[in-house]
Amino acid sequence: MEKFTRLTSVAAPLAEADVDTDIIFPARFLLLLDKAGLGKHLFHERRHRRDGGMTDFVLNTPPFNEARILVADANFGSGSSREQAVWALADFGIRCVIAPSFGEIFFSNCFKNGVLPIVITGEAHANVMAAARTGQPFTVDLEAQTVLLPNGPALSFDIDPWRKRALLLGLDEIGGILADDAEDISAFEARHRVDNPWLFLDDGRMEQLLSQGDGK
Amino acid sequence: MTARTLYEKVWDSHVIKNYEDGTSLLYIDRHLVQEVSSPQAFAGLAAEGRKFRRPDAHIAVADHAVPTTDRHLPLPEGLAARQVARLKDNCARFGIGYIGMNDARHGIVHVMGPELGFTLPGATLVCGDSHTSTHGAFGAIAFGIGASECECVFATQSLRQRKQKTMRVNLVGRLGDGVTVKDIILALIARIGTNGGVGYAIEYAGPVIGQLSMEARMTLCNMSIEAGSRVGMVAPDETTIAWVSGRPLAPAGALLDRAITYWKGLPSDTGAVFDREVDLDVSALAPQVSWGTNPGETASVTGLVPDPTVETDPVKRQKMERSLAYMNLKPGTPLEEIAIDRVFIGSCTNGRLEDLRIAASVVSGRKVADNVAAIVVPGSATVRLQAEAEGLDRVFRDAGFEWRDSGCSMCVAMNDDRLKPGERCASTSNRNFEGRQGLGGRTHLMSPAMAAAAAIAGHLIDIRKLETMH
Ligand code: SF4
Repeated sequence: MEKFTRLTSVAAPLAEADVDTDIIFPARFLLLLDKAGLGKHLFHERRHRRDGGMTDFVLNTPPFNEARILVADANFGSGSSREQAVWALADFGIRCVIAPSFGEIFFSNCFKNGVLPIVITGEAHANVMAAARTGQPFTVDLEAQTVLLPNGPALSFDIDPWRKRALLLGLDEIGGILADDAEDISAFEARHRVDNPWLFLDDGRMEQLLSQGDGK
Repeated sequence: MTARTLYEKVWDSHVIKNYEDGTSLLYIDRHLVQEVSSPQAFAGLAAEGRKFRRPDAHIAVADHAVPTTDRHLPLPEGLAARQVARLKDNCARFGIGYIGMNDARHGIVHVMGPELGFTLPGATLVCGDSHTSTHGAFGAIAFGIGASECECVFATQSLRQRKQKTMRVNLVGRLGDGVTVKDIILALIARIGTNGGVGYAIEYAGPVIGQLSMEARMTLCNMSIEAGSRVGMVAPDETTIAWVSGRPLAPAGALLDRAITYWKGLPSDTGAVFDREVDLDVSALAPQVSWGTNPGETASVTGLVPDPTVETDPVKRQKMERSLAYMNLKPGTPLEEIAIDRVFIGSCTNGRLEDLRIAASVVSGRKVADNVAAIVVPGSATVRLQAEAEGLDRVFRDAGFEWRDSGCSMCVAMNDDRLKPGERCASTSNRNFEGRQGLGGRTHLMSPAMAAAAAIAGHLIDIRKLETMH
């Protein structure tokens, strides 16, 4: 995973509540099989006119077409679990999203892809949105947990320590679990099998089920 | 020992270890795999040379991209065919169970999983799909995950998670005629908001629950995510046990007896404390319909399209204005005057046998309005075959509905079932987002009974009035 340490960029203002994952990445593009190159479908309906031309959506409009930070409104990324929404943002170049609240699955998907979601609420959020509109660059410093606005104070934000560490170091989470926790998983699994044997399907039940299908 | 909630009991029994920062490594019993969220996860696993930790804990099915007609033919060449083929290949390569689209057990993951007995009380279950909350109806902790987390479950059978806060929704009163569980959940979302449940695991409780079938409980838990909650649960009871017993992957014999004893210990203890309690009296509920572009933008069908100018919060007002513009609705219009072009009965929310029975009873002996094209898409082949055995397909066909094969279909418009720009649909699905049912399409969410009534009337209508209609 790409590291996230410090980022300086203009921030695109998207002052709209409840921007769901279907808006961020419409379902018809979910048929694509790869992670790479999805940025062209980011906010597809908002960025493209039906006749093929481009709209004046914020991410089409300089300087925000180069933005690496997105300032969004409440409940950003609600709806579906599609990680394509984050892959598309990252592919477009967005590495940080600031909003008063997020859809939960979207929020956790961000951390798996080197994208930092920051929760800032209330008046502070209004200030961030206003600052974004000026087109002046922000600096986001993950180590210090601050967002430095162009003409304002540094706003601090919270983040889970493990997620912070993973972003700073660009850690591979699966590799970490396999390296550090494998013995604990095995020990748990052995106990669990004794306590809840019905949850293990290697006793032939799964095989029997599958043998009855036509596999097509 | 302190009194614990259902969620806490299932959580505690799956914690592999607690980390210093308050997060936990949670053991995952079951993983449902579908074609849309898995290709990148399989690819990631292969790229790192990793293996499945427990192949028997996963089962795969293609539901989103499959067509609902002409299933005996090979899929037409294109992206959907490639995606379905990729899932099948990946399953063969990694030794994962795969249910093909012509299998008599095929279905939407959240309909098929419970039917197979793959979903069990007290288990942890995940799927790369947000409506995984459905399976909480059995008293499981079930939640949607992203593709990276799918890969993590493939390789480690676990996920690092922070325990959720708990919310109990107490459902009291008695449902009136024509009012169903879909109306309860839509009204709840309208009340607490589409992010009202963020950070919480919801437990649905109260006297109404005992009156609800498993199908109805699944509808309830299914839409928890539309209130922002990844997890929605109902405590297992006799209804649950009767439903699960005898399913192919459920325990049998002495093992079932042992499991039942365990499951009976799962309901929240008296005195267990929830972080938030919400009470909802369902007695006065009218049938609900959504008017906007998220499930919280819902009102009683007896009401009017709301007026944004009376909304004082500017962000909410703007959102309402945007929704009404997209939906092409004028404030003050009676909801019942909204004419529709299409009707979709199906999805993991309302594509089960009980839903089809209710809808069929509404359309029986009547005709779909001339201006309406209507389809029924059973949530699974099991549902379809049972419905056909009961003659429901005939009832629908005679009324002018199309009768299809199982899949997600027009809930997500990833196959050929979709609205045209500007078309308006009465839908039993769960999301009315912009473009959800097709580019530029407009969705009104409602119960199967209400969607069936709309098909007959040609416009949104209070199901309770249909009797008097000629
Ligand atoms: S029916 Fe709709 S909501 Fe359910 S799994 Fe399929 S696409 Fe998702």
